[in-house]
Amino acid sequence: MTEHRVRPTAEQVLTLAPDEASRKAGAKLGGAGPWSQTGDSASGLVWGLCKGSGSTPYRTVVDVRGPAYSCSCPSRKFPCKHALGLLLLWSAEGFGEAGEAPPWAAQWSAQRAARAAAKGADVPGGPADEEGAKRRAQRRAARIGAGVGELEQRLEDVLRGGLAGQQQAGYGPWEETAARMVDAQAPGLAARVRELGTIPSCGPGWPARMLEEGALLHLLNRGWLGLAGLPQPLAATVRTRVGFPDTAAEGEVVRDRWLVLAQYDSVSPDGRLTTRRTWLRGLGSGRPALVLDFGPPGRPPALSLPVGLVVESEARFRPGTAGLRADLGERSAAAAPGRVPAGVGTGAALEAYGAALREDPWLDAWPVVLGPVIPIPGERGWQLADAEGTSALPVTAGTADSGSRSGLWQLAALSGGGPVTVFGECGHRGFTPLTAWHPGCPEPVALG
Amino acid sequence: MTTTGTKAEDVTAGLGDGDWEELVGVALLGTDRRKASPGALLDAAAVQTVRRRAGLRPTEAGPRPDPAPRDPRPAPPEAARRRLAQLLAGRTGAGSGGGRRGAAPDLTELLPQWLAAAGRHGYRAPHALVPALLDAARARTDLRAPALALAGARGLWLARLNPDWRFALRGGAGGAGELPDPQDRAGVERLWQEGLFAERVALLGLVRAHEPAAAVRLLSTTWATERAEDRLMFLDSLRVGLAGGDEPFLEAALGDRSRNVRATAAELLSALPESALAGRMAERALACVGPQGVTPPAACDAGMLRDGVVERPPAGRGERAWWLGQLVEAAPLSCWRERFGGLGPAQIVALPVAGGESWREELHAAWCRAAVRQRDPRWSKALLGEASAPPATAPGTASLAERAKLLSVLPEGERAQWVAEFIRAHGLSEAFQLLGVCVVPWAGTLGRAVVDALDAAREAGSYPWSFSGVMGLAERCLDPAEAERLEAVVARGCGFADPAEASSGAAAYWAEAFQRLVATLRLRAAMLSELAPA
Repeated sequence: MTEHRVRPTAEQVLTLAPDEASRKAGAKLGGAGPWSQTGDSASGLVWGLCKGSGSTPYRTVVDVRGPAYSCSCPSRKFPCKHALGLLLLWSAEGFGEAGEAPPWAAQWSAQRAARAAAKGADVPGGPADEEGAKRRAQRRAARIGAGVGELEQRLEDVLRGGLAGQQQAGYGPWEETAARMVDAQAPGLAARVRELGTIPSCGPGWPARMLEEGALLHLLNRGWLGLAGLPQPLAATVRTRVGFPDTAAEGEVVRDRWLVLAQYDSVSPDGRLTTRRTWLRGLGSGRPALVLDFGPPGRPPALSLPVGLVVESEARFRPGTAGLRADLGERSAAAAPGRVPAGVGTGAALEAYGAALREDPWLDAWPVVLGPVIPIPGERGWQLADAEGTSALPVTAGTADSGSRSGLWQLAALSGGGPVTVFGECGHRGFTPLTAWHPGCPEPVALG
Repeated sequence: MTTTGTKAEDVTAGLGDGDWEELVGVALLGTDRRKASPGALLDAAAVQTVRRRAGLRPTEAGPRPDPAPRDPRPAPPEAARRRLAQLLAGRTGAGSGGGRRGAAPDLTELLPQWLAAAGRHGYRAPHALVPALLDAARARTDLRAPALALAGARGLWLARLNPDWRFALRGGAGGAGELPDPQDRAGVERLWQEGLFAERVALLGLVRAHEPAAAVRLLSTTWATERAEDRLMFLDSLRVGLAGGDEPFLEAALGDRSRNVRATAAELLSALPESALAGRMAERALACVGPQGVTPPAACDAGMLRDGVVERPPAGRGERAWWLGQLVEAAPLSCWRERFGGLGPAQIVALPVAGGESWREELHAAWCRAAVRQRDPRWSKALLGEASAPPATAPGTASLAERAKLLSVLPEGERAQWVAEFIRAHGLSEAFQLLGVCVVPWAGTLGRAVVDALDAAREAGSYPWSFSGVMGLAERCLDPAEAERLEAVVARGCGFADPAEASSGAAAYWAEAFQRLVATLRLRAAMLSELAPA
């Protein structure tokens, strides 16, 4: 039964949330602060007391086999924010050795088992469970299908009336549509819809951008509806993009020495969840890999690989996602390589992005080592120009945060007007520099 | 109807092949008006979007910046580079916990020391840290000169690209590349005529460092047309390297339109004991003060006014005492020896003053100001008196601010010795200002006196935040070599205290404060050793 103590990732926990508000509220409770007497059992029970506004703490218990939830809080959401917070905390830290459930949790578990036995149904374990999982997956697929239909309708309605009205219509209707997609358990669609809703307020050229993003969303919807007819890798990409990745599918496993090209964090809009992106390149295979890790509130993600380090490890690539997303297996760190990775010119960088779009048309950017290039600062936008010739890539304007702006100045300072090698994400918005190497010094500089 | 129907089909069918702009146009106005199908529009737009993205080409490169001039200085060693990055990052994140400081060192305060030490080693800044260094220099004027010096040519190159850092091009210290050679007469002349105020101040300093008389000549060429506040600033810059050759110019400035300019000129002249003004002031002062007692001036005549004496006293002060103070302050201290029958400063200061206590106070306060202005260590020492004596009985002044100024005139060793004695006699509560004028790192005797006094304060049961000012200074100024002795103090404190008491109240706070002090000293030691060339 110990396999139940394999803890879910924060990402997996958050997909359980019934809606966006619960996601946020749950993430807030995912730190040790309000919790006491937490624990888990070998049989898959996780419990804890959460201090709320009242004098008695809420009793929260989750059976991760179901999963099934119970909480003494008055919320009607299911699972409630306490259950989500508890699972997030558990996923981040674990609760030490498996223990004995307290009476209140054990009692709930026993009642559940009794009820299941009475119904003769398919609660914990065995082939019956597999059957149940399949049914649940089918139910979820059906819900997503309904959501997709609804979203298509919405997109067509907007285009019938014309995008021109969108600036007056405001963000509200899109937020509503996004909520419907959350209800349909399609978090990927929800995120894209939310993004789409912000475009009319983001400056000149917005109608073209909105048409682009709307069309890509439409393409995703069509992909989902025609899933059966798609080749397997593209189908996996569509499922991942919709937010319903096929966790059972086997990915490709590559053993290599991986050079850490960049690592950076981004924080969710509510400031509660930190996502850490780590970009790797296989020194043997030349293959790029993106490893994601998540940190609950107040805690950085656990995976920390300094830029320039080389680790030897198996990388298990997830199906879809243009073969970028990977999970690292057991790894052994080796010494820093002391070598500047080989770079390509601006034209080749865009070609690489273009080629990747064949596998994932929704891809915003592709990892590229660019060089030798010269950074050109400009008031209306920065460029990275090939050291020879007249070609350049525009650098993505650092969004609202000044962090990326200071990264650009670091890049300029490092180059001093001379050629450098730059790793970054190259896409339709331009090039986002993340790490730079100066020819005179093999040590990489993480920008920002 | 059928015609429009076909046309609608034509629109979307045609759109599939090509014109993105037209697709956007249709999307903007709505497919209803164009009698097109929204689904077909979305299909066409999706194809176009992916096609456009997959077919992206590089753009035309803009003009590349000129390469930065080479900086021949070496970059600091690896560990030191990391440390600088950490110190610069800590600059903005200071004060994470609000009120109480905890046991972690305050990185912000160590940045100036790192910069100074790196400057002594002759390093340049690591290139990638130059932007952070410029930001730090922009935010803190005390960091400006050393930060710009370290940033060097690359800093100036960057500053020309980013308006936020324009200050770097104007400053004296870092702007060396921007100023003409002091021998380049035409270049100097042009910048003096056309430059920004700060550039002109820097230029004047540069020229003066090269040849003092040339600076005064340069100043004379435009003096009559300068604004009063600029005249004041320029005049003030003559303070550096003040010498007899400046006298004619200063003497002329005594007739200036601006009262502040006149006062500054008089002050500078009085700091030149050989100047005619100093002589005139000596004559006036000697007429008022002697072994027989004090007879303050009866009136403020035109001559006194011209020599910078301010006629109207501030509220609450008698005018005769006010005039007397100004005369004595501006008279060369050397004139008193003969007046008092060959006595030295200490003996003169010890003499009783006939005519009442208030005259004595006025006279001694004026001597204190004169000693500071003329930077006379013998008089300063005499006026400070014994460090161990109660401050109220001090011969010159009981004011700590005045005493700190007098101390700054003493040679380094004597200064540290005097403050150490003061702390041993009176504790730390009054020592803050005095410590501020001591040379860093503190001399051994001074450091030991401070540590012992902190230890004594702990044993007396006071709280460490009563000494937070001194604690902060100690973190920055104690010699890192003191860390070991300090650890012994920490260990002793923990060993003696009853465990219950140690974990609560003052003892715990002291333990934390001492730990931070030790941690900071260790950090400074590490910092300095990291900077040593490999």
